[in-house]
Amino acid sequence: MKNEMRLEFDSISANEAFARVTVAAFMTQMNPSMEEVADVKTAVSEAVTNAIIHGYGGEVHKILIAGEIDGEWLRLEVRDQGVGIPDVEKAMEPLYTTRPELDRSGMGFLFMEAFMDEVKVESEPGKGTAVIMKKRIRQQEE
Amino acid sequence: MRGSMKRKKSRGGGRGPEPLMRVEDRTLRIRVPEELDHHSAALICAQADELVKTRDIREIVFDFSGTVFCDSSGIGMLMGRYKIMQALGGQVRAVQVRDRVERILLLSGVMKVIPVERMQGGKEE
Repeated sequence: MKNEMRLEFDSISANEAFARVTVAAFMTQMNPSMEEVADVKTAVSEAVTNAIIHGYGGEVHKILIAGEIDGEWLRLEVRDQGVGIPDVEKAMEPLYTTRPELDRSGMGFLFMEAFMDEVKVESEPGKGTAVIMKKRIRQQEE
Repeated sequence: MRGSMKRKKSRGGGRGPEPLMRVEDRTLRIRVPEELDHHSAALICAQADELVKTRDIREIVFDFSGTVFCDSSGIGMLMGRYKIMQALGGQVRAVQVRDRVERILLLSGVMKVIPVERMQGGKEE
């Protein structure tokens, strides 16, 4: 089975719930377990929150999520056209945050990596950031 | 930002997405919402920090009994309140934590500094 979707929305924090619930709805056709859905929702929430806080620094612009189901693989791309990340490796280090004053724990990428099978970040300063995540969904028997 | 700062008393069946805060002596009890993310955590932090300032709080108890979703923003919320309480000689606890939230708390390492009680009675869902 192959299926694709695209979702574009404003970078406001109320849309964090909208984004993860929509992605959860998209993946239901893969017959995921409750835990797999929760894993994906957490990862999406982290990527979208990063785009809002760090990518756009609180300004309202567009965030794009492209989702793709290919057999038992779910691929998600969360893209912003914000400031970008000068040092992706550093940004992905656990506990590293550029915004400690905002109560950021520095664990966003840690959670994405813990809950998805693959996480890749493409970023260019001044151009934006794309987080590409993949997860294999072990389809449940009915 | 919406939500009022004045919701100290629980009004009967006060439903809705806002967190419910209650002050007893110097303890602030916070009913964490169903989904704890950057959006809801920011609202809680603003309200809690105001109460800590005005009501001389020395303990914050986060009640997770109704919470089924938590991401790293929830960890930031807990660690931030922990630091504030530590500076005041107070403490922070998390109670009635369900499986999924516990997994997040475990993974983050926050349980090393903040006491966490699991949900009692095993009544998940």
